[in-house]
Amino acid sequence: MTDAAVTSAAPRKRSKRARPRPDAWAWTGITIVIVGLVLAVVGPWIAPFGVGNIVTTVYAQPDAQNLLGGDVLGRDLLSRLLHGARLTVGVALVATILGFVLGMAVGFSAAEIRGRYDDFITWLIDVFLSFPPILLALIVIASLSSDLWVLVGTIAVIHSSRVARVGRAVAMNIAALEFVEVARARGEKLTSILVREIWPSTIRPLAVEFGLRLTYSILFLSSLSFLGLGIQPPDADWGSMVRENMNAMQNHAYIAVLAPAFAIAILTVGVNLIVDWLGAQSGRGISEELTK
Amino acid sequence: MFKLIVRRIFLGLLTLLAISVIVFLGTEILPGDVASAILGQSATETNLAALRETLGLNRPAYIRYFEWLGNILSGDLGVSLTNGMPLDRIIGLRLWNTVYLALYAAAVAMPLALGLGLLSAAYPESHFDRTVSSVTVFFISIPDFVIAVLLIMIFAVELGWFPGAIHRPRWEDVFGTMDKTFLPMVTLVLTLLAHVVRMTRAAILDVLKQPYIEMALLKGASKSRIILKHAIPNAMGPIVNVVALNLGYLISGVVVVEVVFTYPGLGRLMVDSVVFRDVPQIQAVAMVFCSFYVALNIFADVGAIMANPRLRYAK
Repeated sequence: MTDAAVTSAAPRKRSKRARPRPDAWAWTGITIVIVGLVLAVVGPWIAPFGVGNIVTTVYAQPDAQNLLGGDVLGRDLLSRLLHGARLTVGVALVATILGFVLGMAVGFSAAEIRGRYDDFITWLIDVFLSFPPILLALIVIASLSSDLWVLVGTIAVIHSSRVARVGRAVAMNIAALEFVEVARARGEKLTSILVREIWPSTIRPLAVEFGLRLTYSILFLSSLSFLGLGIQPPDADWGSMVRENMNAMQNHAYIAVLAPAFAIAILTVGVNLIVDWLGAQSGRGISEELTK
Repeated sequence: MFKLIVRRIFLGLLTLLAISVIVFLGTEILPGDVASAILGQSATETNLAALRETLGLNRPAYIRYFEWLGNILSGDLGVSLTNGMPLDRIIGLRLWNTVYLALYAAAVAMPLALGLGLLSAAYPESHFDRTVSSVTVFFISIPDFVIAVLLIMIFAVELGWFPGAIHRPRWEDVFGTMDKTFLPMVTLVLTLLAHVVRMTRAAILDVLKQPYIEMALLKGASKSRIILKHAIPNAMGPIVNVVALNLGYLISGVVVVEVVFTYPGLGRLMVDSVVFRDVPQIQAVAMVFCSFYVALNIFADVGAIMANPRLRYAK
C-alpha cells in the first residue's frame, strides 16, 4: 500500500487516460451517496413533521399521512429519518474530514521532517493503533459526555492515527521525488511543501482511504448511538432510532426498526461500492483495510 | 529470533504502559471528579471537600496514577462505585462470560473464514469467488447491531428457534449453553467472517503472483499441490496476522453484541459503567480489554516472525 502513488502514476494500466468510466455498481454507489448528501442538507426542511412532534399512535401502521408509520412515542417515522439524515451523514462527514486533515498534517510532516520527530510520531501512532477504538470513544464519552462536538472530535482522533500511518507511507515516496527536492532547495516553507507539493500527489491513493474511513465513521457513530452513548434524545440519528424502537419487534411492528437500520446499511454499502471501484483503479481495496 | 520476540513483548508492555496513562488521564479530565460523581447533584461544597480528602483526590494526579497502577499490578482493581463490590470479583465473573462467547464465535468463524478465503483464492473470478466477494462486502458494510436485530427478528421473534436475550452461560453445561448463545455467536461470526475471508483471499492471491508459483505451475504441479505445498506456507504469516487482528476486532463487536442480547459480559459492563460514570470500573475494564488487545497484537507479530524467516533478523 506504500507505493500506490507511484504505481497509479505509471502508465502500466490500460491507457494513459485517467480512469475508466464507473461501472453500474459504482454508479449505484454514487447515486446513493449523492442522495444521502442531498437528504442531509434538505432532509429537515422537507420532513412533514417536527423531530419531537407526537402526531400518531405508538408504532402506528403506515398510512397516507405517516408514510412509514409511527415510532415508539407515536412520532412520524419518516420525519425522524429525514431529520436523522443530517446528523448521521453530517457528523460522519465532518468527523472524517477533520480526521483526515489532522492525520495528513501529522503523517505528511513526519514524512517530510523525518528524524526524531518522525520516530516520535510513529510511536504515538502505534500507541493509538493498539487502543481498541470503541474503548477510546467510551472513555472520552464517559468523561466529557455525548456532546455533538465531543463525538465528532473523538471519531476524528480515531481516524487521524490511521490516516497518519497511511498518509506517512504515501508521503514518504513523494517526499523523495525530484520536484519536492526542488521545492526544498527553492526554500519553500514546510507548510507550503506539505500543502502545495505533497498533498496534490496523494489525493488519488488517499481517496480510497477516505471512503473506507467515511464508512467507518457512519458505522461507528451509529453503533455509539445504538449503545445509547452517541446522539442523545430528543435528537436522533439513525443508530439511536434503531435503539429506541427495539421494543417494536415484540409487537411484530418491524418497520420502525428496519427503516433506520436499512438507511444506515444502504448508505454504507453505497460508499463501499464507490470504494471498491476506486480501489480497483489504484490497486487497493477493502481487503487492504488491515488495521481496522 | 528469540531476542526479537522478547523485544516485541517488551515493546508491547511499554505500549500497555502508555495506554494506562491514556486511560487514567482520560477518566481524569472529567469536568466533575469522582467525588461529585458519588455524591450527585445534591452535594454541598463541604461534603465534596470532605470526600475528596478521604478519597485522596487532593493529591497531584501523577501520584494518584502511580498508586492506581501499583494497585492494578498487585491485582487490586478497586471497588465499583455503582454497587460497592470489589471489581476483581465483578470482572472475574463477566470476563469468563465474554471469553465463552468470543471463543465460541472464533471457533466457528476462523475455520470457516480460512476455508472460504482459500477456495476464493483458488478459483479467482469464478462464480463462487464473486458470490463470496459480494456477500462479504455486504457484511462489512452493515453495522453489527443491524445484523443482530435482523437475526433476533427472524430467529427469535418470528420463528422462535433461539432466545433473543440470554442469561449467563453455564460452564457446567457448555454444550447446553451453545444454542442459547447461538444468535450472538452468529452475529459475531458474520462480522468477523467477512474481514478474514477477504484478507485471506488477498494474502494467498498475493503469494500466487510470485514467480516461484509460476515455476511450480510450469513443472506440472497440480493446483491443490501448488496452493497447499507452495502458497500456504508463505501466506501463513499474513494469515496469522489477520486472524489475531480480527480477534482483536472481536472486542468492539462484543461490546455491541452483548448490549443487544443483554448478555452479562465485560462489554456490557463497560457500557453500563460509562452510563453510570463509574470511573474505577471504566478504568479497570478498559485495562482488561486493552491487555487482551495488546496481547493479540504481540501474538500477531510473533506469529509473523515465526512464519517468515526473513523477519527473524532485525534490520
